[in-house]
Amino acid sequence: MPFIDVSHLVKHFARGGGLFGRGTVVKAVDDVSFSIEEGETFGLVGESGSGKTTTGRCLLRLIEPTSGSVRFRGEDVLAFPRRRLREARRDMQIVFQDPYSSLNPRMRARQIVEEPLVIHRLGDRRARRDRVAELFHLVGLDPAHLERYPHQFSGGQRQRIGLARALALNPSFLILDEPVSALDVSVQAQVINLLMDLQQTLKLTYLFIAHDLRLVEHICRRVAVMYLGKIVEIGPALSLFSAPQHPYTRALLSAIPVPDPDALKHRITLDPASINREASLREIAAGHWAAV
Amino acid sequence: MTDNAPLLIVERLVTVFDVPDGLVKAVDEVSFEVRAGETLGLVGESGSGKSVTALSIMRLVQPPGRIAGGSIRFKGRELLDLREGEMQAVRGADISLIFQEPMTALNPVFTVGDQIAETLLVHRRASRRDAKARAVELLEAVRIPDAAARVRDYPHQLSGGMRQRVLIAMALACSPSLVIADEPTTALDVTIQAQILDLLRDMKSAFSLSLLLITHDLGVIAETADRVAVMYAGRIVEQGPVRAILREPQHPYTRGLLASIPGGTRGGRLQAIEGSVPMLGALPTGCAFHPRCPDRFDRCPSAPPPDYVTGPEHTARCYLHTPPVDRLNGAEGLPTRDAPRRVD
Repeated sequence: MPFIDVSHLVKHFARGGGLFGRGTVVKAVDDVSFSIEEGETFGLVGESGSGKTTTGRCLLRLIEPTSGSVRFRGEDVLAFPRRRLREARRDMQIVFQDPYSSLNPRMRARQIVEEPLVIHRLGDRRARRDRVAELFHLVGLDPAHLERYPHQFSGGQRQRIGLARALALNPSFLILDEPVSALDVSVQAQVINLLMDLQQTLKLTYLFIAHDLRLVEHICRRVAVMYLGKIVEIGPALSLFSAPQHPYTRALLSAIPVPDPDALKHRITLDPASINREASLREIAAGHWAAV
Repeated sequence: MTDNAPLLIVERLVTVFDVPDGLVKAVDEVSFEVRAGETLGLVGESGSGKSVTALSIMRLVQPPGRIAGGSIRFKGRELLDLREGEMQAVRGADISLIFQEPMTALNPVFTVGDQIAETLLVHRRASRRDAKARAVELLEAVRIPDAAARVRDYPHQLSGGMRQRVLIAMALACSPSLVIADEPTTALDVTIQAQILDLLRDMKSAFSLSLLLITHDLGVIAETADRVAVMYAGRIVEQGPVRAILREPQHPYTRGLLASIPGGTRGGRLQAIEGSVPMLGALPTGCAFHPRCPDRFDRCPSAPPPDYVTGPEHTARCYLHTPPVDRLNGAEGLPTRDAPRRVD
């Protein structure tokens, strides 16, 4: 039984319409299926508008999916009543992209990290205080800065605060939605190293949503590529990055600028006509599927 | 190709901001040149001073910021001595600037055609009809499909990539000889970024431009720049030909930046640079990189190192490159290369 099993997930948004108009339907997530094994880092890549962030949010029901199923350790998350969902969310947490806007500027770092414990009524004041100190230590923050406000931290430190908050309830599954893309290059590597360390020590499973393919290739075991709401290719990172099959994956990989003056650049421009939108995924190599 | 005549010479440029706590140096004695036909890449992270350097060249630094010293010579003319009216004639016509955010850099209430034409009306005193015709030509030059119809579009009707093409068209309108592009692809998806970089390269040869390309991405640098200047905390710490910078970086900061890019062993630890980028108001003394530096010497916190020549046209501001002769003479406090002191 996979740890997370997403099957035929669909999210449609109604657009326009107004009072009398019909409007149109945007298929943000259009029949997406994948599964994640316990302890692995699964990468979801795609460009803006591909539906990768919406997919992540549907998993936690931060956005209610239109249809499909999301099974977490065999249980159907979409069928959970509110109470059960709240409980389940202790185990499934999300870290957002922007450490500048995702932390409440009026709360102290200690309060931000403590809040999930308060909401879920865990521990007394003293136990919570100890837990916050422990979390600060875990993510490499200086406990002397507990009473500071978010603006007094650098971007990398703020992302550590977001991470400490996400870890407060001891989850087993984390959705990392572009966790380092707002950070300076020299700081990104620190946060990535921290994420890899935490995965080891806390036995975490990650859904890593990103557009930086170099990073995804580095830390993910398996990867799915999304394009216009659909998964067009999915497979082991090794196989997908070395032998991409879908025209979109090929264009995407060839577009990455490499910091090597001698890199042989053969840019593949995407010809939308070359994409068969009706093609369904078929297995190209072991565990490697592409919609071609 | 490059004929090596410097088009722009920036010398010991200092740009400061007057803040309540005193004076903050955003650009601290920065010197570089951009030669005819070349692309100089200016690399740095947030707060490195790279964007303020660009604004200083255009003399667009707004109070509380001001240029406090140095010289900026363009085609032999000292820009810092020009009157505002004269400077306005330079902006757009001789030097133009492409901003990072293609949505905020365009005016939402005018069509893109009007915005391109405006540049021509102001700088070239073109007739309305000629300006409109030229706007269509420019949109075609930046490969916007169906340009004749697109001139009547408003910015919100265009995608991010198309808006960036419009900004490039505007920048090219008066055939400038220098274009400064400040993170022109940062807000774009990677496939669109590739198209825009290709376009900039093509435009550079089609319009015989020099390009000052500001970015934080060393991959973008590798694809576009002939020479590179690396900025950290307001100073240029290393400067040289792109191949030398990427292949044999000489400053610990440049080395750290390159090493922190994922690659190498999958799943292995990345080589992070410890600490974080300092805030300009609280810069470390001496070499501003010293608290994060793996090669730090005793002297680094007190005296900022000078530029050392480390190869052809390649300089680095780091005591790692102290010439051996000075060491033999036992100059006081000079570090020895074999015993760098590591600091945690």
